[in-house]
Amino acid sequence: MSMRPHMNPSAADRPDFAAIAAWIPNGASVLDLGCGDGSLLRYLKEMRAVRGYGVEISDLDIVSCIVNGVNVIQNDLESGLSDFEDNSFDFVILSQTLQATRHTEALIKEMLRVGHEGIVSFPNFGYWRNRLHVLLGHMPVSRNLPFQWYDTPNVHLCTLSDFENFCHRHNVAVLERNVMAGKSEISVLPNLLGSTAVYRFQRSL
Amino acid sequence: MNASNSIGIVSAKNAQFDTPLVFRSGAVLPRYELVYETYGKLNAAKSNAILICHALSGHHHVAGYYADQPENIGWWDNMVGPGKPVNTDKFFVIGLNNLGGCHGSTGPSSIDPSTGQPYGASFPVITVEDWVESQARLADLLGIRQFAAVIGGSLGGMQALQWSLAFPERVRNVFAIAAAPRLTAQNIAFNDVARSAILTDPDFHGGNFYRHNVVPTRGLRLARMLGHITYLSDDAMADKFGRELRHGQFNYGYEIEFEIESYLRHQGDKFASYFDANTYLLMTKALDYFDPAHDFDGDLNRAFARATANFLVISFTTDWRFSPQRSREIVQPLLHNRLNVSYAEITSAHGHDSFLLEHPHYFDVVRAYLDNVADEPST
Repeated sequence: MSMRPHMNPSAADRPDFAAIAAWIPNGASVLDLGCGDGSLLRYLKEMRAVRGYGVEISDLDIVSCIVNGVNVIQNDLESGLSDFEDNSFDFVILSQTLQATRHTEALIKEMLRVGHEGIVSFPNFGYWRNRLHVLLGHMPVSRNLPFQWYDTPNVHLCTLSDFENFCHRHNVAVLERNVMAGKSEISVLPNLLGSTAVYRFQRSL
Repeated sequence: MNASNSIGIVSAKNAQFDTPLVFRSGAVLPRYELVYETYGKLNAAKSNAILICHALSGHHHVAGYYADQPENIGWWDNMVGPGKPVNTDKFFVIGLNNLGGCHGSTGPSSIDPSTGQPYGASFPVITVEDWVESQARLADLLGIRQFAAVIGGSLGGMQALQWSLAFPERVRNVFAIAAAPRLTAQNIAFNDVARSAILTDPDFHGGNFYRHNVVPTRGLRLARMLGHITYLSDDAMADKFGRELRHGQFNYGYEIEFEIESYLRHQGDKFASYFDANTYLLMTKALDYFDPAHDFDGDLNRAFARATANFLVISFTTDWRFSPQRSREIVQPLLHNRLNVSYAEITSAHGHDSFLLEHPHYFDVVRAYLDNVADEPST
């Protein structure tokens, strides 16, 4: 299964890239899970000189990552991160992939075993347009959620509130949150007005 | 094979070395020669050279064909040539026959100038480290200070890894394809059965069969039959041969009945007709001995601390001789040492032999990686 929905994003189309880069200091070590074609890693390499590796399962994406000049390890995230040692990365990123993972609890736990901090970005299912779709009797289909119900890789969609509850129950401390609609940052009623959320978190002490 | 983009007619060259080579075992070879081929052009900066290391039964004839033997096509001609994944329009590619081989480099069947007889049993047991040392001397001779890449499959992959350890400053990229960081007990066990077949053949004469004008054909063909089983996947064998019978019925005897028996015996006979039994023994011992962590209490993380190259590691899903897990054992110490590494696991039905076969994803990975290498400066 392909971990990241294939939207072929360029950095410009992905406002979460800039939000993620803003949290990462120069020269940090980064593991990008479900790294797709490697564009985030390439962006972070160019913007932050990170030492980075991606993990991806799709054959096509492996070749794209190599073309993009980023390190990529072909592996299924769902089988765990056993190739990676404890605390071996400053950041472990799950960008637009959380909603497509099956063993989400185990994966978040693995992220915080391998990395000092975790970063996730995901489409907010509580965004008002999504709510409107459901109110009108349909599953949402949008730029952020481009799939039909029958072909979507997204098996674990959630809202900001859902994710924050999840963190609370799993001893995960949220350090920072950035909610966006398109390229604009949203600070008022984020769970209603934000279409994409990015979180930075660590293990609760 | 696509003849339209073959490198075309090639010829082998000989390099003579008169500086004694001290083997890891302590043995000394006072002089030796290596046979090699080159494809493409070395650029002015001499920064575009790629070394291809061969596996157990390989040799220097990697690509193209000989003017007088148009049917004798190089063993990796699908991979190496103009516009191919290892693109000879961009790279200067070298294939050599390893020391101890039987395709023209000094080996057990060569004449020992000190006795006028073939070396036979007196040819020193050779290691991957010794090969890499001899390959570095060939690079010196060709004026190559640093390889853009050293590429090998199987035992060739071990040589590529050894390059990153013995000469970190002389190789920018290392490809370990269908390889392992070291053999398991099971791998060594298979090698030992193969060697026993040769060593117990009455025609082996302790390795000095040349002077008896015989060849330990029975041992060699058994060794090859056994090896061949480990190169194929269970599925590929089932697909190709299944339980097919040659004559459609059981004959209740020990002649060839199943198609797989016929195939293996044919492969064994073919191999035994040209390969040297002593070389086979040496190659399998080199495999057994290779362990970069040997001097580091078995710790591969410490062994690879010396490496500086970028790595491409490739495995094949149905390879059970060196399974994908074995390639991951190569990847882990590279990650530990924060080296650049990419790892591709190719879905292929053809077992260990997959590394020699054309496969779109496999070839795309190699091509994409080397396209970037072609643009990088030497360090």
